[in-house]
Amino acid sequence: MLESTKFIISKLSRDRTSLVGAFLLIALVLIAIFAPVLAPYPEDVTEFHPPERLFGPSMLHFFGTDRMGSDIFSRMLFGARITIAIAVIAVGVSVLVGVPIGLIAGYNRSWISDGLMRISDIFLAVPQIILAIAIAQTLGPSIENVILALSATYWPFWARLVYAETRSALTETYVEASIALGASPFRVMVFHVLPNISSSIIVRTTIGMGGTILTAAALGFLGLGPPAPSPEWGRTIAESREFLPEAWWYATAPGVAIFLVVMGFNLFGDGLRDILDPRTRRSNDG
Amino acid sequence: MLSKKMDGYESILAIEKLSKWFPITNAWNRKVGNLKAIDGVSLTVKKGEIIGVVGESGCGKSTLGKTIMGIHHPTSGSINFEGREVAGLSPFQSRQLRKRLQYTYQDPGSSLDPRWKIGRSLDEPLKIHTSLPREERHTRVREILEAVNLPESHLQLYPHEISGGQQRRVGLARILTLHPSLVILDEPTSGLDVSVQATILKLFLDLKKKFDLTYVFISHDLSVVRMMCDRLAVMYLGRIVEFGPTEEVFNSPRHPYTQSLLSAIPQIGGKRVTEHFWLEGEPPDPSRLPSGCSFRTRCPFQDRACELEVPGLVNNVGYRWDACVHSQKNLV
Repeated sequence: MLESTKFIISKLSRDRTSLVGAFLLIALVLIAIFAPVLAPYPEDVTEFHPPERLFGPSMLHFFGTDRMGSDIFSRMLFGARITIAIAVIAVGVSVLVGVPIGLIAGYNRSWISDGLMRISDIFLAVPQIILAIAIAQTLGPSIENVILALSATYWPFWARLVYAETRSALTETYVEASIALGASPFRVMVFHVLPNISSSIIVRTTIGMGGTILTAAALGFLGLGPPAPSPEWGRTIAESREFLPEAWWYATAPGVAIFLVVMGFNLFGDGLRDILDPRTRRSNDG
Repeated sequence: MLSKKMDGYESILAIEKLSKWFPITNAWNRKVGNLKAIDGVSLTVKKGEIIGVVGESGCGKSTLGKTIMGIHHPTSGSINFEGREVAGLSPFQSRQLRKRLQYTYQDPGSSLDPRWKIGRSLDEPLKIHTSLPREERHTRVREILEAVNLPESHLQLYPHEISGGQQRRVGLARILTLHPSLVILDEPTSGLDVSVQATILKLFLDLKKKFDLTYVFISHDLSVVRMMCDRLAVMYLGRIVEFGPTEEVFNSPRHPYTQSLLSAIPQIGGKRVTEHFWLEGEPPDPSRLPSGCSFRTRCPFQDRACELEVPGLVNNVGYRWDACVHSQKNLV
């Protein structure tokens, strides 16, 4: 396992696009961790300075100030924390729920399998954003509820993926051999099937992060995210609408932030997929 | 049925009228017929012998092995292993049983998890079936590794890093860690070059002596079968058509199919292959077998009698059985 990790890292470091992706993600994590140190006005996350409202970008305020006179640059840095928390927890929960369900449904060939897959079909039948809006609206705006709404709508993607991969892994001779040897279903699923399908789960998870961040921003934009004065990126864009196009910096900063982070996850995910899953290799790398 | 003449021998495996039919379904998942991969096979294996199962590709040899092993669920019939009925056991019971009854795969490379080091693959059976502490499992794995002539350093390698012959040894080592009594070897020499084949075959014989094993040797390589096996079952389209001591079957085959199959072995300085070889074309589709004897469409001796009924396996001379209307008549 150690050698394969080394192999993946050496391969990734030779792929320029995934390096860009990795760079963006590392930057995001560092920003989130060191936000209080990096931010010129860390107190502006909660404090207002109405006299300074809607100042344009300057050396004092890199991205200008918002309608309350708070420094947008500082608020964006703290917004990264919320974004990471939402994406990691929501995707983490989806993986923890979706992967076991997919494994069980893939391994099992009785009504349990059909039942689990039909349930996930029901979730997939409703457009994800609409379902998330409905859930977030019902429960009220808060970070926890955004995470809950996203997890509840995201797990079927992993269940579907793992189900299909498990079904194909079960036709492999080494899985049959292990069953013939007397291995229990649990052992086969956890020690044989799961490690062999882990690469597609990792790829799906990385790319899924980007999608989750977008959906989370959309929920924030619609006012279903964490309430004011949270520096959440989607919420900031929503606030900026009434001051466009004059205060152009107000919407640009969070917009660019969302764009860079989503692009980071997608580029990195694509690079991972090329290495871990050669069947879907991009056509341009020979 | 075949146990009549088992004087003085202890039977380890007795199969009675075993069938495995795979359903054929149409596009709407409706069953439209059966593919009779094994159809009413009876066979008794004596303790300590090597019993050969030969036949063309697709005649049901591997299915027979896998059904005995419990990988496939039999459609009907009984399998008696070491005095216990094993057909249709619950998964838990059959898991206990599989300690003593093991199967080696045709392609040992793909039967090893590509992400597991050899050492871990060899350890797995012990982990499943025993509660030995790690140290003792290690000792047993090393013992077995030595028995199959592999260096200990191979424990740290992945399956794709070793050769086909070595993969074969690892596959064998993996099942031997449990000290089985009966091992089903499915095409154990396919894909190996001749010198490696010879070493592997010798290893089988050594291990048989050392671990007191009984082999069911499934192969289509007739010269290997002749060298290794005490008794021989010739299969054609899911049925045994001839059964008897290997030498006798080779010297005087009774069923026309066996006769033809044996004349297909090239011999240096022997008669030309073509003179006695009349087995042409492919066997019929196993999902749409001809009436009566399934071999009649390719048999030069076929007549009306062959169409009427499926000839059963009959004990005609000595320790030999065959399933041909004509060979039975000739002897009456």
